[in-house]
Amino acid sequence: MTASTPYRADFPILDREVHPGVPLVYLDSAATSQKPSVVIDAMNDYYRRSNANVHRGIHQLAEEATALYEGARQKIARFIHAASTKEVIFTRNTTEAINLVAYSWGRVNIHAGDGIVLTEMEHHSNLVPWQMLAAERGAKIHIIPVTDGGELDLGPLDGILAQKPKLVCFTHMSNVLGTINPVRDIAAKAHAAGALVLVDGAQSVPHLPVDVQALGADFYAFSGHKMCGPTGIGVLWGRQSILEEMPPFLGGGDMIKRVYLREFKPNDLPHKFEAGTPAIAEAAGLGVAVDYLSGIGMAAVRAHEQQITAYALERLEEVPGLKVYGPPAEKKGGVAAFSLAEVHPHDIAQVLDRDGIALRAGHHCAMPLHDRYQLPATARASFYLYNTSEDVDKLVAGLYKVKKLFS
Amino acid sequence: MDDLYRELILDHYKHPRNHGTLDPHDFSFQDENPLCGDELRIDVRLDDERRVKEVAFTGKGCAISQASASMLTESIVGKSVDEIKQLGKDDILDLLGIELGPTRLKCALLSLKVLKAGAYGLEGAKYRDDE
Repeated sequence: MTASTPYRADFPILDREVHPGVPLVYLDSAATSQKPSVVIDAMNDYYRRSNANVHRGIHQLAEEATALYEGARQKIARFIHAASTKEVIFTRNTTEAINLVAYSWGRVNIHAGDGIVLTEMEHHSNLVPWQMLAAERGAKIHIIPVTDGGELDLGPLDGILAQKPKLVCFTHMSNVLGTINPVRDIAAKAHAAGALVLVDGAQSVPHLPVDVQALGADFYAFSGHKMCGPTGIGVLWGRQSILEEMPPFLGGGDMIKRVYLREFKPNDLPHKFEAGTPAIAEAAGLGVAVDYLSGIGMAAVRAHEQQITAYALERLEEVPGLKVYGPPAEKKGGVAAFSLAEVHPHDIAQVLDRDGIALRAGHHCAMPLHDRYQLPATARASFYLYNTSEDVDKLVAGLYKVKKLFS
Repeated sequence: MDDLYRELILDHYKHPRNHGTLDPHDFSFQDENPLCGDELRIDVRLDDERRVKEVAFTGKGCAISQASASMLTESIVGKSVDEIKQLGKDDILDLLGIELGPTRLKCALLSLKVLKAGAYGLEGAKYRDDE
């Protein structure tokens, strides 16, 4: 089986050599994706032609900048099937989006003894903000464990929900195991128990068709830079009725309707949560990234990645001493975290770098998950629409070199 | 790769010198590099002149972190506590004989960090004793 892609040519960085004569094989898209020319050009065009501050000024440039910024919000709302652009709040990234909920919603709604449900497979960004909130409020943290096979162990969920937690937070797709979690089922159970649901969509929005309303979440967070967009911009989607009740997060310009010397009236959604001059060029870039992905179709992106991932798992498992973590290909996204006998993942990554292969080594901001498998670290190859089966072949050839060196 | 995983480094990684623990010891310290999960503990015994008589390390981690520890422990036998406190980044790089990027530098320098923290801890204890 081979998987080719017509989209590779859209990404100029993929033409570069990493070392003299050694082309780039980019297998680290779960950390950050590469950017197509159209996104890079959109950001350049904004600075070359339209740079101005948004939501103020009536001059032509300010109008253009505002149209780009708000236009991006509309594109994103359509892309994730939000009910309204009022539900799409620009943040710096997924981490800031989750922190926004922890600070704004959490500090009003979480009190001593209240429960917050997390899972063992979370990225640190969906653990630490809740740990901070729980410590401050004396709240209780419940954990949904992970099975040996790398899926959520939903056995204990009913018992946890019987204790009436206030919030259930989990990832749509694990950044290490690739596991795609049953969001709709968990959300339905959580709602039946009276809890709200926050989903970390950092790995899912770039790789799967996502419909936030159909999934039934209350908050959904993701980052621009993992979905062909720039760094520095992310999104919090929230149900309008819940967002309306929440106090502002950061205070300052743009988030206000009226300011007096000793008090203020907050602005309407979504601006209530966007204090200060936002990342305008980045929003414009993300808007074009959404156009780019929509043009291809997320179902096609997912199908390509499934093909690559199935091929990668098959080839990787040929390598003696190599173990891939997580569920089988049909149940996961384009991620393969693995260990190779006794060779430390850093050494694997370093040796592969000499062949131009970029993959991640470490705990991937999921230390508790690595503790679960008693691993200090793993090596992780992750795939996107621009990867081919030839990239996988180069990875496997490189791994044989690693084995030889450390044998 | 030829540089980074040259024969000497791989040899120290595969056959670490001074591997183990010392009990009792004059000082011991352990730390980790959270970036990659390298862990290291170094135990040191001093002689009457307060020079390193014996040293042992245990740990797990990448080839660079463990080879660096092996080489460093080999190089400090006979050195005084003050000499250990003078050791710096360049001494480790000289031992390894390679250039390292910023990420791998942390792996290489973990052994130095652990050893010096132990040596300074010894000083702290002595200082309190003098009071």
